[in-house]
Amino acid sequence: MGNEVDFMIHGLIPLFGGKVWITTTHVCTVIVMVTILIFAFAARRAILRGDPDHPSGLQNVVEFLVETVANLVGSNMGRHAPKYINYIGTIMLFIFLSNISGLFGLRPPTADYCTTLCLALFTFVLIQYNNVKYNKFGAITGLFQPLPILFPINLIGEFATPLSLSLRLFGNVMAGTIMLALFYGLLPIFVKIGIPTFLHAYLDLFSGAIQTFVFSMLTMVFISEKIGEN
Amino acid sequence: MSQITNEGLILACSAIGAGLAMIAGIGPGVGQGIAAGQGAAAVGRNPGAKGDVTTTMLLGQAVAETTGLYSLVIALILLYANPLLSKFLGL
Repeated sequence: MGNEVDFMIHGLIPLFGGKVWITTTHVCTVIVMVTILIFAFAARRAILRGDPDHPSGLQNVVEFLVETVANLVGSNMGRHAPKYINYIGTIMLFIFLSNISGLFGLRPPTADYCTTLCLALFTFVLIQYNNVKYNKFGAITGLFQPLPILFPINLIGEFATPLSLSLRLFGNVMAGTIMLALFYGLLPIFVKIGIPTFLHAYLDLFSGAIQTFVFSMLTMVFISEKIGEN
Repeated sequence: MSQITNEGLILACSAIGAGLAMIAGIGPGVGQGIAAGQGAAAVGRNPGAKGDVTTTMLLGQAVAETTGLYSLVIALILLYANPLLSKFLGL
């Protein structure tokens, strides 16, 4: 890498005469997706061939993961949980693998604001869908509660949700990426042996896991808040 | 120091602005510290609820962190995607 600080997104292949680029984000996203696909095929194979009464190996891991996600969603969303286990599990898997992909020398896809904005927009669409589905006209009249004059503030509040969700994830991962790039780029060689292990453990693994948890947790909280009691 | 170009002035002021923006890091630091302290006190009173307390604490801390991250994003924009340069210099 040499003695230079490098944490920006690079364009790799120009498309449409340099207007649009295939960037490092795309490549890293594809790598993460292929990893998930391989894991999914391996898990399918292990479950199909495994003994249902005596699970072993990868089947144990998969069952543990699925049970953990199901418990987490179940404890937060109650009887609406079965509909959302798939979505929450998917975004958890993608965000977690994206966040820790810095460990493997990639630039994390979640350190690009486009990726996190997309993820937050999925959540925003789900929130508003549930708002309209369960509150009917309450979705509109709710904006005028408790006072009609608060309508602009309520409207901004609705749209601030995806903004804060995406900026939180982006900011955390980007901060970790910048810190590691500064560490690798600016310091002399003898500091770079051994010490980055702890930085990677905190910035990539711990922070990545926390942000994954927070993103999915807030998604569940916002959705079940719109579903309400009915 | 008789020659300061417009571009240099904008870049210098942007760097100062980025540094000032990161003062906002004080807020999340204090907030997260308070949340962690209260979480530790809660676990001390009721060790059985350690899991729930930790979950709630981490969630609250992550939400409290948001304002600090806004300032980080503003600082990054000022340093690496400066909108003022293109606006005033037409670069």
